[in-house]
Amino acid sequence: MTAAAVPALKMQRRSLYPGWFYAPAAVVYSVLFLAPTFASLYFSLTRWTLFDATFIGFDNFAQFFREPFLIQGLVNTVIYAVITSGLKVVIGMALAVMLTSQIMARGYLRSVIFFPVLVSTIGVGMTFTVLMHPTLGMINQTLAMFGIAGPGWLVDPKLALFSVALVDVWKGVGLATVIYIAGLVAIPKDYYEAARIDGATKLQNFFYVTLPLSRPATATVITLSFIGGLRTFDLIWAMTKGGPGFASDTVASVIYKQYQAGFYGLSTAGNVVLFVLIAVLVVPLTMFLNRKQGHE
Amino acid sequence: MRSRASFLGGVAAIAATFVVFVIPFLFILLMAFKDKQQSALRDFSWPNGFHLFTNVYEVIKTRNWMMVTAFINSSLITVISVTLLIVLAAMVGFVLARRKTKWNGTIEFLILAGLMIPPAVVPTIWLLQGLKLFGTLHGMILIQVAYNLSFSIILYRAFIATIPRELDEAAVIDGARPLDVFFRVILPLLWPVTVTNIVVQSVGIFNDFTNPLYYLPGNQNATVQLTLYNFQSQFSTAYNLLFTNILLITIPPLIVFMFFNRQIVAGMTAGAVKG
Repeated sequence: MTAAAVPALKMQRRSLYPGWFYAPAAVVYSVLFLAPTFASLYFSLTRWTLFDATFIGFDNFAQFFREPFLIQGLVNTVIYAVITSGLKVVIGMALAVMLTSQIMARGYLRSVIFFPVLVSTIGVGMTFTVLMHPTLGMINQTLAMFGIAGPGWLVDPKLALFSVALVDVWKGVGLATVIYIAGLVAIPKDYYEAARIDGATKLQNFFYVTLPLSRPATATVITLSFIGGLRTFDLIWAMTKGGPGFASDTVASVIYKQYQAGFYGLSTAGNVVLFVLIAVLVVPLTMFLNRKQGHE
Repeated sequence: MRSRASFLGGVAAIAATFVVFVIPFLFILLMAFKDKQQSALRDFSWPNGFHLFTNVYEVIKTRNWMMVTAFINSSLITVISVTLLIVLAAMVGFVLARRKTKWNGTIEFLILAGLMIPPAVVPTIWLLQGLKLFGTLHGMILIQVAYNLSFSIILYRAFIATIPRELDEAAVIDGARPLDVFFRVILPLLWPVTVTNIVVQSVGIFNDFTNPLYYLPGNQNATVQLTLYNFQSQFSTAYNLLFTNILLITIPPLIVFMFFNRQIVAGMTAGAVKG
């Protein structure tokens, strides 16, 4: 009897979790995401007008690595991703430590830091473009009150990319902070107790307990903000449109500009470059972060 | 002594976050109250008069009531795509968490790919044109579903893994048909993570600028984020109107934030820390 019942139960279990549950999601995902991704591999090798595509081999990619402004876009993208994710890790961690300590007005602080995450990126970009105006902007006017001549945040080619990155951090650090808070809260109190008995100072507490044990949170913050930084488009577009000149162009803004100009093949090659860039940088990064995590 | 130090620390933290995070929003608010002349100064000053309502009216009726069209479009896109996302992602998350097959690895790889790979823009436009979906709300909705599926699935799968399997079998023994098990037993249990999904995804889709820019051109298709560009070329940047517009489109996320603060934070950090 049991011998017969087992396959019967197995049968039932199979139909309880029907394979076709994947189907609707799979159709939407494959048609609108996977298919274009695969198509991009071909179209990046063509001169393309949307109506007909002429195969030109690797010319688009050659152009991508020959034109100085395209190379600058590539370099800028990496710089931007490194700066934003680095700052989000450091500031997010600091804020999270502060917010998990016995500080007053915790609710206010947490809300105020997190709210920008939910606000329109374009709205934030436009607001800060006004605030960062070299003469009329509030930031430089405030600095002037203290006798400091503020820089031309968005008009100085050397500074524009960093200014946009700072605004990105302003908008995104709240997310890093809440991820860290969740990570810090999950650290068992015993560790701090043990550290206290061993006579650890506050600084030692942080470097030998908090920092290593919040590594999963660090891994998440780095991965999320690094991918986000590499793909960034809307903030750059709202603030500088890649300018002045090409000083703050990123791969994503180059893709849009080439698309607007009607160079569809080149734009698609940009997409493939961005894809490869993300794969080459993020996959080893996550593997590194997770390997370390396994060690503990 | 110690408590005094921490008191001072607290005051410093409040002051610093006020300057860095609150003042920009106050600036938006003040600008929205000013008239065109005063707003052109772009300083942090008290408005000369109360112009908020005239500004709001001006913003809404600009370009043949584009703001109204935009709010309708954005709401439709957000509501429908989030509904689809929830049903489709919950179904995938359910089977993925429950049924172990040799395909699970591939499926998880595809989910991660969806989080990482930047969408191929022009081929997508080409494809949408072929499907007669380019520049339509339907097309935009399906794009939002395709691009955001991965995140929703990850949220659901993690949560479903915590619901005991015995529950499914108990339901079957009580006479539930397989489909009922999912739609009547499991889906209601997923409510907390569904709320998280609704909140996080709707904020993201409502605030999305890039995808409508590419896939939804045309004035009658405007979404709220694109209305922000109305005041830069048309009038030589009417700052009072620009900031009134920013204020208007910040209200929906603000409402969501006030009611669902906890779920948003839970959703954005879920799975993130456990890895």
